[in-house]
Amino acid sequence: MTNHVPGTGQARAAGDDLWDETEVGVGEFAATVISGLGGTAERPTGGRFAGLFGSARTDGTVWLRAAIARLGRLEVVSCLVPPAPPGGQAAYRGLTPDVPGAAWYERELADMFGLVPEGHQRVDPLVLPRDAQTPPPRPGSAGPRAEIVPDESALPAHVTGEGVFTLPYGPVRSGVFESVQYLIETPGEDIPHVRARVYHKHRGTERRFEGMTPADGVLLAERVEGVASVAHALAFCQALEAVASGPGGGERAMVPEGALLVRALHAELERIANHLDSVLRHTEAAGQAVANARLGWHKERVMRLRSQLCGHRFGRGVVVPGGVSGPPALAPSAALDELMGLDADVVSDTRHLMATSSFVDRLRGTGVITPEVAARRGALGPVGRASGLEEDLRTYRPYAAYGLIEVPEHRYRGSGDALARQLVRLEEVRGSFQICRSALESLAGRPANGPWAVAVAPADGTAWGWAEAPQGELLYMVETEGGRLRRVKPRSASFHNLSLFPEAFGGDIFTDFAFIEASFGLSIAGVAG
Amino acid sequence: MPWVTRGLRNGVLTTRYPKRPDGYGANWRGAVSVRPDGAGRPPVTDGLCPTGAIRPGATPHGLAGGPVGGPVLDRGKCILCGRCVAERPDVFSFDSSAEVAALTRPGLVVPPTEESEAALATVRAELSRRVAALRKSVHVRHVDAGSDGSEEWEVAALLGPVYDVHRLGVFFTASPRHADLLLVTGAGCTGMAGPLLTTYEAMPDPRVVMAVGTDAISGGIVRSGDTGPGGVGEIVPVDVWVPGSPPSPFSVLHGILLAVGLLPAKRGPA
Ligand code: SF4
Repeated sequence: MTNHVPGTGQARAAGDDLWDETEVGVGEFAATVISGLGGTAERPTGGRFAGLFGSARTDGTVWLRAAIARLGRLEVVSCLVPPAPPGGQAAYRGLTPDVPGAAWYERELADMFGLVPEGHQRVDPLVLPRDAQTPPPRPGSAGPRAEIVPDESALPAHVTGEGVFTLPYGPVRSGVFESVQYLIETPGEDIPHVRARVYHKHRGTERRFEGMTPADGVLLAERVEGVASVAHALAFCQALEAVASGPGGGERAMVPEGALLVRALHAELERIANHLDSVLRHTEAAGQAVANARLGWHKERVMRLRSQLCGHRFGRGVVVPGGVSGPPALAPSAALDELMGLDADVVSDTRHLMATSSFVDRLRGTGVITPEVAARRGALGPVGRASGLEEDLRTYRPYAAYGLIEVPEHRYRGSGDALARQLVRLEEVRGSFQICRSALESLAGRPANGPWAVAVAPADGTAWGWAEAPQGELLYMVETEGGRLRRVKPRSASFHNLSLFPEAFGGDIFTDFAFIEASFGLSIAGVAG
Repeated sequence: MPWVTRGLRNGVLTTRYPKRPDGYGANWRGAVSVRPDGAGRPPVTDGLCPTGAIRPGATPHGLAGGPVGGPVLDRGKCILCGRCVAERPDVFSFDSSAEVAALTRPGLVVPPTEESEAALATVRAELSRRVAALRKSVHVRHVDAGSDGSEEWEVAALLGPVYDVHRLGVFFTASPRHADLLLVTGAGCTGMAGPLLTTYEAMPDPRVVMAVGTDAISGGIVRSGDTGPGGVGEIVPVDVWVPGSPPSPFSVLHGILLAVGLLPAKRGPA
């Protein structure tokens, strides 16, 4: 298979070792994706469904791409969906009946492009409910940006009836949280059901990328899901770097080794901060005041270490297309000292926390995602690993310095409850400290004058980038034209995993809610777009 | 070792701010300034700033402290990316301070104009009349109106052991009916306009509104997406503006203290 640039007929060699794209007719799209997900003689394990990505053209067509994740590479199936016939709607055969993980993607495509997935029931709005008169934003079509007011009447009504009620929680919630609305539906005797509504904070970030320079685009990527700024900047930049135009046409940009180390260092500090944040939210829900204070202090130390290294508490401005903005502002030896003290304190306090039975008992058996559900839906990141999936992009599809320094193996095998997710995160925190140490030790001997970055001029076409964000697999589809961004589609792990959230509720929704939510560790900004 | 002794092991972690300056906050790269010595330097080119925070050659005559025809920088649009400082260090510099909040929107524009200085006195007097009742304690309600998620971390840090705002009589509350201060993060996207306004309307008078973060002030780099976020000032009347992307916890704390008149008298030019 060649790496095709759809719409140009131009095959491209660069990026070939990272992904390949197969273009099919719209009629064969669903069948090709479904067979790609299944095992073959050549690839016995099958692939994981990693998302649907749309990109509109001015002529009313939409490029539709499905990403299938495999060990070592990404497989992309694409088709061109023709414009809506007069009085009708643009359609393709939906994937959801065969691929349950596609449901949220098909709802999002309907909101953003007006595409109808045929062959399954009505598609409820997800990120942008619109009234019948409001056209979809159609990202990629470079149309004028119109302000859209989400229309609640386009949403399905609350469940009503005798003995049935719906309890809305949010979007404004008690405590300092991102805005999201959960509908807790209790249909009679059955186990209550949770639905998430995320459209309130849809910001339209995808349209905002259009026409930007890569240098401006990375600043926006850092703000798509602000708690995972480094991962977003990395996935975005790696897509551009994979198909940078070089003297011989499309070529991979050679990011300097020092920059790869700085990238990994910041990505791991980001992981530590996010995982500690998740643990903190558990201790808060459990009323573990001292543990909460201790871990809150450690998290603040991580944020301060990040700002001492780069001037920003969330590592923004570090990753730039082609490398990093410069060497760490703090001497690696000083950073190492702080890091080791922090590591020791985190290990000591979390070990003690996990020996506190009143805490551990709250998590055990709470919010179970069974291995079957995790595998069927392709659960990402710590949520997937806590349910027995092994995938971690740092070793499955390595990037940054993860090919140069060792990524500690995940040894813990979980049983899919909130406790397992917590234990997975704690193991990862220890691994991240170890990676930071290796990166700093390797950086210590390097001259400060670099090089820290190479110039990157992206070639026209479509490229893919990814990173293992603290929340899990993050994917970026980046289309460039004339050195500018024509269409950027980030797909956060938060988006994918929030669709699994309702699956975690089996028992007492009301007392377990805070724990289950904290154990998923998601950011709504990364879901709503 | 039981939790209670762990809690004490590391002594006092809590900042003394605002009573004493805090080294970390004082060294925070919290804002960009325009250098006054502009004679003979080449003009700033258009399009230098990714968010349009810089208007080259926009200073009119008679500005306090600014060169005639020099650039004007709106901190309410600045996401502190550092590009202007890196490319034109002769014109722009980072300020080392977390105390960046302002009581008026024009007060975020540097160099300041004489009108903005005069308007400030009136605003400050009006606000201090409104908050006179709050001197003992202040109850804060937070609403995310379309943030990127990072502002929530920095606001939540205020409740942790390092910033511990309870010591200053600042409490977060779930109920808008008990809240004096509405702390809004995020760009103000249309889907949050209704819930934000409902929360504001449920608060009793006198109430104070804080826009926390550059996104909340102007939409930052995400402004003009499909849901048109251009700052929360389009939805609720803002009293205190805290720039930053996101603002540091010290900057948010400074904003709260400025809002309720709890800053020590000699501190905090606003
Ligand atoms: S720091 Fe960046 S966003 Fe702020 S004014 Fe300078 S160029 Fe603009």
